[in-house]
Amino acid sequence: MTNHWLGFPLFPEQASSMAGRMDALYFFLVAVSGFFAILIFVLIAVFIVKYRRRDGHMPVPSGHGHMWLELVWTVVPLALTMVMFFWGAKLFFHIYTIPPGAIDVFVVGKQWMWKFQHPEGQREINELHVPVGRPVKLTMISEDVIHDLFVPAFRVKRDVLPGRYTAMWFEATRPGKYRLYCAQYCGTEHSLMTGWVYAMDPVDYQNWLAGGAATEPMHVAGGKLFQQLGCATCHKADNTGRGPTMVGLYGSRVTLKSGEVMLADEDYIRDCITKPNARPLPNYEPIMPTFKGIISEEGLLQLIAYIKSLAVPAAQTRSETK
Amino acid sequence: MTTSEPSLPRENFLNCDYSIRSWLLTTDHKRIGLLFLVSITLFFVLGSAYAGLIRTELLTPRGDVVSPQNYNKLFTMHGLIMVFFFLIPSIPAVLGNFLIPMMIGARDVAFPRLNLASWYVFSIGGVFTIITAVSGGVDTGWTFYTPYSSIYSNTSVMTMAVGVFITGFSSIFTGLNFIVTIHKMRAQGLTWFRLPLFVWAIYATSIIMVLGTPVIAITLSLVGLERLFHIGIFDPALGGDPLLFQHLFWFYSHPAVYIMILPSMGVVSEIIACFSRNRIFGYKVVAFSSLAIAVVGFLVWGHHMFVSGQSAFAGLIFSFLSFLVAIPSAIKVFNWTATLYKGSISYDTPMLYALGFIGLFTIGGLTGLFLATMGMDVHVHDTYFVIAHFHYIMVGGAIMGFMGGMHFWWPKITGRCYPESWGKLSALVIFIGFNLTFFPQFILGYLGMPRRYHTYPAEFQVLNVMSSAGASILGVGYMLPVFYLFWSLRNGPIASANPWLAKGLEWLTPSPPPTDNFEQTPVVTEEAYAYRPEETASG
Amino acid sequence: MDESHAIVAHQFDDAGQQRESALLGMWVFLATEIMFFGGLFAGYTAYRFQYAEGFAAASHHLDMLLGAINTAVLLTSSLTMALAVHSAQVGKKPAHIVGWLILTMLFGCAFLGIKVIEYHDKFVHHLVPGASFAWEGALARQAQMFYYLYFAMTGLHAIHMLAGVAVVLVIAIQAARGRYTPQYHNPLEITGLYWHFVDIVWIFLFPLLYLIA
Repeated sequence: MTNHWLGFPLFPEQASSMAGRMDALYFFLVAVSGFFAILIFVLIAVFIVKYRRRDGHMPVPSGHGHMWLELVWTVVPLALTMVMFFWGAKLFFHIYTIPPGAIDVFVVGKQWMWKFQHPEGQREINELHVPVGRPVKLTMISEDVIHDLFVPAFRVKRDVLPGRYTAMWFEATRPGKYRLYCAQYCGTEHSLMTGWVYAMDPVDYQNWLAGGAATEPMHVAGGKLFQQLGCATCHKADNTGRGPTMVGLYGSRVTLKSGEVMLADEDYIRDCITKPNARPLPNYEPIMPTFKGIISEEGLLQLIAYIKSLAVPAAQTRSETK
Repeated sequence: MTTSEPSLPRENFLNCDYSIRSWLLTTDHKRIGLLFLVSITLFFVLGSAYAGLIRTELLTPRGDVVSPQNYNKLFTMHGLIMVFFFLIPSIPAVLGNFLIPMMIGARDVAFPRLNLASWYVFSIGGVFTIITAVSGGVDTGWTFYTPYSSIYSNTSVMTMAVGVFITGFSSIFTGLNFIVTIHKMRAQGLTWFRLPLFVWAIYATSIIMVLGTPVIAITLSLVGLERLFHIGIFDPALGGDPLLFQHLFWFYSHPAVYIMILPSMGVVSEIIACFSRNRIFGYKVVAFSSLAIAVVGFLVWGHHMFVSGQSAFAGLIFSFLSFLVAIPSAIKVFNWTATLYKGSISYDTPMLYALGFIGLFTIGGLTGLFLATMGMDVHVHDTYFVIAHFHYIMVGGAIMGFMGGMHFWWPKITGRCYPESWGKLSALVIFIGFNLTFFPQFILGYLGMPRRYHTYPAEFQVLNVMSSAGASILGVGYMLPVFYLFWSLRNGPIASANPWLAKGLEWLTPSPPPTDNFEQTPVVTEEAYAYRPEETASG
Repeated sequence: MDESHAIVAHQFDDAGQQRESALLGMWVFLATEIMFFGGLFAGYTAYRFQYAEGFAAASHHLDMLLGAINTAVLLTSSLTMALAVHSAQVGKKPAHIVGWLILTMLFGCAFLGIKVIEYHDKFVHHLVPGASFAWEGALARQAQMFYYLYFAMTGLHAIHMLAGVAVVLVIAIQAARGRYTPQYHNPLEITGLYWHFVDIVWIFLFPLLYLIA
């Protein structure tokens, strides 16, 4: 599909599985809007010419309106907007419902750079390498203000918040180099908080992963942190410690002291580490110290990767909708 | 323009007293309207200057005119000044103040001293804004998103927040005054369904002002507390939720968009009826659609937050309601168009502005549907598509309506007519300049250019240059009326009481009107816009 | 009759229109006030659900007895305010009206006095949010949020009480001068509305803050 008209770019490259769907909706909206805009313009043009003020031409007062006309131009636009509503909602849920089996990539935004880490351990700044043909899930958090990761060629964006994770996914369809932006205003160098996504052939991607300095996978690094920070003294694998075991935690449902049942997802685990006693558990004393400020956002993500690696297989495939 | 009488009427509200004191202590709604006109014109010039600098910077992809932080201050100050110190007070405080009492056959608003207080409160808020500008400006964006505004920004956030807080009370006072005035002070025989649609529009606007403004006031107070004492409810570091700020902010700031556009819709109804010599088609539907917009407009704020991390189900509800609020606007457009049908249409300056309004508002409204569509919004949110959309509403809609209204009632306000050909020329220049400025931004937005970017990739340059070129044409278009309207104050032909042969009580009294508006309190016996064919023939 | 004519402002046709306008104006203003407090109530609602346990724990440190006394004091002040308005309506002597207004002010000041005692107590016990906030127990952050909202909401309410007392003082002086008659007492009447409104806000604040069980 061409995206230029008389040398003008009209819309960005389609480089993800989302792009075609987004553009289809876009063309529908453009068509409906175009139709009504032109309808109004033509009617106005015809009326102001045909009924221009002339000598001997008497206006015919329009009276009190017509019920059926009012109904028509209420119901027809309403019906069309309902189509937009359902179509848009469907696409929205598609964009933010993470498919199972997606590659996990973790994103930390800070004034004014993007930090990415792959499960295999590779870290990147303002660059993200992904394979084509496989869904990639981004779990994102900010160290300071609100940011927003935006890749126009993939037609995805989502705000990146401090204090809690947000997630989105995409599946690149064409190898290439695509711009990524921060779309939420974040201060002085907001417009420099940009970078590139490199969509690569799966083989190239594997080579890229294998290349460079030897790195340890995130869950391994997280496991080390788990020992270093002393987590392992209480959270023993066999569940005999003063705290609950981490084995099988991720993706399970946890019953709190208050009786509330929570899904143990990334946010839950993060809250348990940074605000340990905010959600007391039955059978456990609220004695865990907070690790807020002691552990970086990246460290938290490694710990989470570690705890995720301890999940029971059935829960591992649980998809997450925000 | 029709018959000009040789002399201005004897004593009127302008010449009854020339002292400065008589202006600064006036309780006459007409004079207060003019005080607001002077104030908001100054802020419009200031806000436009910021816009000019923004467009200059964006001529090239690199940041070569101002520093990144100064650029951020430019768009922040542009937004704050244009929204809070020009658009919100523009039509209500100037034309509304001048016209509402006259349109309903009253001698003044219900609370004239409160009305004057409104202008003083506005001015104090304005002084804080000027202090902010002089002391280095603010760089938070007009949206003051936390935690950037409350913790991270090192600019004059406090003075600006205080300015906006104070100015809010001006809105509240004005809205309160109009609600009471319209309810209690209508002339004998002037039932609700005989009111001009401008009055309906201002009434709906006033409801939003009164119910929405206090929420932004308390929200900015909380941001201030957080900034000053590091205690608060928005900062995640304090256990707060930054999305709560966005909810509270948009609870006001989305309805605020309707504060800006509804009065313009009212003006356009008046102008369309007068220059097509027709009763507004579907009068009641148009009247109620204003109220519908005011009410439903309070329930759609979350459509600014589809990608913010707000729950998807909340998003669904907000998306649905946003489509609902689009319907009354569509109905208005259709009814205005139908009013032209079989009318007797003349192309005077106000009519050109009104027709321009319908066209631009149509585009602005239709592109709003893109943003209400959840899936679509994911791609265009926070891009230039949004910038283009709301400028079509606020500049193409609100300001076109304001300009149309100023031209329509200028003879009534000043007793002088402006040079018609200059009026038409400026309307045309503004229309062309506007479209050239903002239409390319729709394309830029879909291409993915994020808003609030000081520098941008080179592939966006052509469209940005077009936009900046359009802005310079637009600037010329806005300067023309300042000159010829000012010129007309002394040199324009004397206007008769009703130069357009328009309907409405304000046209029954001399131009400019006497201080008490009417020599005798009018009694209303017919509906609004009762244009008759035989009256047209003489026009 | 002549007297009541003299005080109809020039923009009004008659005293009836003037009175209706004054009352409607005050009602609209109170709608604004509801929204003003509404922002804080919205914040309260959000965190009350999110931080249910911390809020409950923090609420126990509020003095329920003082809160209850204050509720009674305010309700009584609403009664004296209503009696002041009634006295004007039935044409009682100015001394009558002034007497009820002075009682109203006294109750208002008593409320504020008790509030000062409570605030002081919180200050002593390091329950004022900020650097000096100290909380023994697990949910410090949640408790701090509760106290932040407690001070913001009762503080905003207290400011309204303070303004109310000042306005009642002005009204009392006017009443002493014999300004208010059965035909004209709009300022007194709308001040009464305002006073009752501030009272009602407290009726909401008391259970939301003191009675979280």
